[in-house]
Amino acid sequence: MAALEEEFTLSAVPLGAGPDGLLGVEQCDKTDQFLITDGGRTVILYKVSDQKPLGSWSVKQGQVITCPAVCNFQTGEYIVVHDSKVLRLWTNEDVNLDKVFKATLSAEVYRILSIPGTEPLVLFKEGAVRGLEALLAEPQQKIETVISDEEVIKWTKFFMVFRHPALIFITEKHGNYFAYVQKFNSSVVSKYTLLLGQEEKSVIQSFTASLCRKFISLMSLSSDGCIYETLIPIHPSDPEKNQHQRVVRSLLLKTVVSGNARNALSVLDQDHVAVLGPSLPASKECLSIWNTKFQTLQISKELPQGTSGQLWYYGEHLFMLHGKILTVIPYKCEMSSLAGALGKLKHGQDPGTQTMPHFVNWETSQGLGSQNAEPSKRILRRRKIEASVQPEVPGSQQLLSTIKKDSEKHIEMELRKFLAIKRTPDFHTVIGDIVIGLLGRCKTEPSFYPRNSLMQLIQMHVLSYSLCPGLMEVALEKTDVQMLQLCLQQFPDIPEAVTCACLKMFLSIGDDSLQETDVNMESVSDYSDAVQEEQMEEQTGILQNGFNPEEDNCDNCDKELSEKPQNTIEETTSCPVIPKRAALLNAVLHSAYSETFLLPHLKDIPAQHITIMDWICLLLDANFTVVVMIPEAKSLLLSLYKFVKSQICICSELNKIEVSFRELQKLNQEKNNRELYSIEVLELF
Amino acid sequence: MGEFKVHRVRFFNYVPSGIRCVAYNNQSNRLAVSRTDGTVEIYNLSANYFQEKFFPGHESRATEALCWAKGQRLFSAGLNGEIIEYDLQALNIKYSMDAFGGPIWSMAASPSGSQLLIGCEDGSVKLFQINPDKIQFERNFDRQKSRILSLSWHPSGTHIAAGSIDYISVFDVNSGSTIHKMLVDRQYMGVSKRKCIIWGVAFLSDGTVISVDSAGKVQFWDSATGTLVKTHLVANADVQSIAVSDQEDSFVVGTAEGTVFHFQLVSVTSNSSEKQWVRTKPFQHHTHDVRTVAHSPTALISGGTDTHLVIRPLMEKVEVKNYDAALRKITFPHRRLISCSKKRQLLLFQFSHHLDLWRLGSTVATGKHGDTLPLSKDADHLLHLKTKGPENIICSCVSPCGSWIAYSTASRFFLCRLNYDRVHPKVSKMPAFLRSAVQILFSEDSTKLFVASNQGSLHIIRLLEGSFKHLHTFQAQSGTVESMCLLAVSPDGNWLAASGTSAGVHVYNVKRLKLHCTVPAYNFPVTALAIAPKTNNLVIAHSDQQIFEYSIPDKQYTEWSRTIQKQGFHYLWLQRDTPITHISFHPKRPMHILLHDAYMFCIIDKSLPLPNDKTLLYNPLPPTNESDVIRRRTAHAFKISKRYKPLLFMDLLDERTLVAVERPLDDIIAQLPPPIKKKKFGT
Repeated sequence: MAALEEEFTLSAVPLGAGPDGLLGVEQCDKTDQFLITDGGRTVILYKVSDQKPLGSWSVKQGQVITCPAVCNFQTGEYIVVHDSKVLRLWTNEDVNLDKVFKATLSAEVYRILSIPGTEPLVLFKEGAVRGLEALLAEPQQKIETVISDEEVIKWTKFFMVFRHPALIFITEKHGNYFAYVQKFNSSVVSKYTLLLGQEEKSVIQSFTASLCRKFISLMSLSSDGCIYETLIPIHPSDPEKNQHQRVVRSLLLKTVVSGNARNALSVLDQDHVAVLGPSLPASKECLSIWNTKFQTLQISKELPQGTSGQLWYYGEHLFMLHGKILTVIPYKCEMSSLAGALGKLKHGQDPGTQTMPHFVNWETSQGLGSQNAEPSKRILRRRKIEASVQPEVPGSQQLLSTIKKDSEKHIEMELRKFLAIKRTPDFHTVIGDIVIGLLGRCKTEPSFYPRNSLMQLIQMHVLSYSLCPGLMEVALEKTDVQMLQLCLQQFPDIPEAVTCACLKMFLSIGDDSLQETDVNMESVSDYSDAVQEEQMEEQTGILQNGFNPEEDNCDNCDKELSEKPQNTIEETTSCPVIPKRAALLNAVLHSAYSETFLLPHLKDIPAQHITIMDWICLLLDANFTVVVMIPEAKSLLLSLYKFVKSQICICSELNKIEVSFRELQKLNQEKNNRELYSIEVLELF
Repeated sequence: MGEFKVHRVRFFNYVPSGIRCVAYNNQSNRLAVSRTDGTVEIYNLSANYFQEKFFPGHESRATEALCWAKGQRLFSAGLNGEIIEYDLQALNIKYSMDAFGGPIWSMAASPSGSQLLIGCEDGSVKLFQINPDKIQFERNFDRQKSRILSLSWHPSGTHIAAGSIDYISVFDVNSGSTIHKMLVDRQYMGVSKRKCIIWGVAFLSDGTVISVDSAGKVQFWDSATGTLVKTHLVANADVQSIAVSDQEDSFVVGTAEGTVFHFQLVSVTSNSSEKQWVRTKPFQHHTHDVRTVAHSPTALISGGTDTHLVIRPLMEKVEVKNYDAALRKITFPHRRLISCSKKRQLLLFQFSHHLDLWRLGSTVATGKHGDTLPLSKDADHLLHLKTKGPENIICSCVSPCGSWIAYSTASRFFLCRLNYDRVHPKVSKMPAFLRSAVQILFSEDSTKLFVASNQGSLHIIRLLEGSFKHLHTFQAQSGTVESMCLLAVSPDGNWLAASGTSAGVHVYNVKRLKLHCTVPAYNFPVTALAIAPKTNNLVIAHSDQQIFEYSIPDKQYTEWSRTIQKQGFHYLWLQRDTPITHISFHPKRPMHILLHDAYMFCIIDKSLPLPNDKTLLYNPLPPTNESDVIRRRTAHAFKISKRYKPLLFMDLLDERTLVAVERPLDDIIAQLPPPIKKKKFGT
């Protein structure tokens, strides 16, 4: 499931961004470091995880950087172009850009392109491409013109295709778009005309591309707010004839943003794209992640201060200008799996990273970004605090004795102090001891319930059920659904009986009392108002498995499967639970369990709650159906079906042959054994 | 070479008994096999898998367990509740002893071979001390609630594992108390069966207990903790037997579906010391239940209801890839069950509890090679002679004149006189005069009867019209008690040759009633003996397919025998895997020796050159348009026919007539219970 984490800003001071925003954000040879080039004269090197700049370089007054700074991954040098023709190379040690290596070129540079593993390339505005080394050897060499007059380069990207560098750039001339693909192992340029299809009038606002086996998948965001995909072959079948091929673009996602604004698009992985722009109903600017396979919105985040319509994506970070501030939003996408959806798979948690609540997107609705990010303070920030308050803290023994006698408030304070110290290897056992100490006092002193302390401890992400047995029982006793939800999300080893007890409580607790409690709603954050939900319900309905096993004629299968399944349940099943309860149930669904051990306990669920369980099952079935019905699965299912059928055919034929052979053998025997006694003539030779 | 009329007989409806137990003895490389009728056979694996000894069965003595103990002593136990020790020299039962625990289902000798453990119907496990002369009851272990079906000693001899119904017990040998009870899941493919029978257990030195059960599982248990470690589901039916190699690096299990699975301890990854048991090879050599398996250092041995004894060499353990590396399937006994009266054209068939006497038919027609002639008279079933009592017949013989039938069980020797005056012969029994016989032979003129008894003695009885007289007894050579399993008498009645299983062939002068000479002992046991007419040459066939010709008058090997030993036999001749069970001679052609095994019949013409390895040994096609010169040049001494098989008996009735008794395997299978039906293909 795709998820956006809490954003953070890179510079407190607004960058000197021009009216067109930043020039660029580029990767560095060291991980976590990025070169930011603003619209004017400055290049800043940032270490993203520390949110602090490592270096800053500016060109002289009067000079203007015209091309974003990049890093030469082979040498570690930085390269920038100012005033279109002047190339500058420098390293971390250099302070003044004026005094570094300079080369004046004979033509105007559009962009310098650099990716790890190969030499940087220089793309000139006239469409010619040079390797950096060759260019530096002879800076004044003549640069040829590749593209025609009035043709302007709009966008470019550099790939490694099977260890060979390949470059694509898009040009525009009078509203027509052309794609040029240049490979450097053959130095052949292929030109393609992008046919816009029916939407002739639309203007393309943003491009992004990814490699898709033998094609470059070029995605474009048009002014009509739709995303189109164009497949451009990397290896043209016949380079000679290939001079003016046409490629058609196809609709990938319909109306994701409202047009007529500065929108941006970036491909994240093969199934996900990030779109920056005003979302349709709200018309507020936001960042949204779409799943192209399921055609669903995964998550979106509102950016109320507006953006510059620029979006960069490197590794796990999305970069954009939010207002005037460069903002980084970490993005993460877990592979979605059915096992995960059914709660069989506990997502692995790295000790260093913050876990994300993984939510099931029950309906394809648009919702607000996560608001309740309270439990996750970024680790790096905490580290800073840790470093500052290292000494004079109470040891765990002291804390344990405090637990035995002091008031809840005091314990909370002491605990906070204790947690601020550096983690020791046995940190988790110490935390476990503290929880057990707290629980021990709970048992002896019924009025004592250090809820805040316990919540804080659970959020340390080091506890498990077996480390603090009894914690969930106490929470169950106190009907503390919030803590139970937290436990379900955090503990990997909850016994099925306890899971079931939680489920029973979540189902039986009254709506009124649930409204009062504070439940983490992140997992159902896109669960907006009921009206919208009803609409979505009608749209999707519940798809029955369109596959009819009785149909034996395989020849029709292709047709049948390609037809949209007709069997939809007429009645709309409305959701019988309120959002808070849904969040709680979701926590149960996500917890790890084993069917064999769960089933006996499930029988204890009282009859009035069965409806809700049935409803959840229906939803899960529907989700599964969606997985089965996606186009990729269709061909797989079809070939599976064909294969199994042919296997059955082979087996049945083999069985027939076996029987026939046996009959033949019998006949043969009868012929041989026609008599028990005979007199024959034998001659020995 | 000549043309023969062949009486092709298929009405000998002999069905071997199913194999119940096999026990392999590593020291002597011998295999003991017990059958469901109580017969116990000893195979010498070093001597080309020859069945060198057998102990006749007994109706009430169904063996359920068989094992070797120290000093190559063989014990069996069965459902009559008795433990039996066999005398491997005298070929009789040394003693039997009631264990007083009801039917005995399992038995195991301790790793040292000095103690014997049995598992009984009443749930008791009894320990016996093996003394030099007998076994002695020592004590009982903790009584279990149901029958003990399998037993296995820990190689250190301190613990045992016992398989019962639904659970496995681990006992401490010193205290005799149960340490662990390991319950076995009754479930079979999700269906709960009523009971789960532990058919076999094996205790490894690391404390692992391997069990096989009626739910088709092979399970590994930790005997220290009494916990299940691993389960392999290998069959949809019972897994009935298990045997582990001495090195404990491989074991074999047999299932009721006729499959044998080989498990091996292999490294998890190459060059890692961590090893695990992996099911490596399945073998399907049986059609019915594999009731028992054994694991020799180089082969997997299995036997079961389908009566075959299968020896499957492990190719990785065989050093030389010779014919020993081939699969062996032993179905028929390596001894004669048929005797023939040439004069009256009678065949006597020996079954376990009765004898059948048939008269062959006749024809007046003639024909060419391959023709089946019209019968003018069909074969007649003359006599069905049933034994009294539960004992199996050991041996039988009909006299050449057809007037006498002699047979013997373990406790009595029978001699009958047949009177052919009426349609069916009248049988008159002679009074008992001998206890038991191992082998019986009549002289060519039917005036003398030679009987080899246990303890190595040979009796000569003179037969007269309706009466008999004991003439002489050759006592065993001093110091030996070895029984003579094979006898041969010269057509003139002067010489008697007798052979045991290991010592040489003794030749007695019947006229002077004294030992004439002893043919030097050979490494391999004798499988057939015969004395040629006129020349009195003794022809001896050995289990390694060697044939010797020994001149009795000259007391030395003949020139021909020396020549063939010098040149060597054809390699294909030596690669045959069934022993020669009968040798006879042509009355008019002294140069010819007729012999057969289960798959071929051969006439050796000593006048022709011997074949070398380049010559075609067996040519099934008649020579067509080749000239006489070529024919003479390519002709060699061995004239072979493979037309009749499996061939149980072949003899010359007169100069131009042969009789061949076949027993097709399909006819045997047809008489077995139907096997578990398994679909070969699909689900």
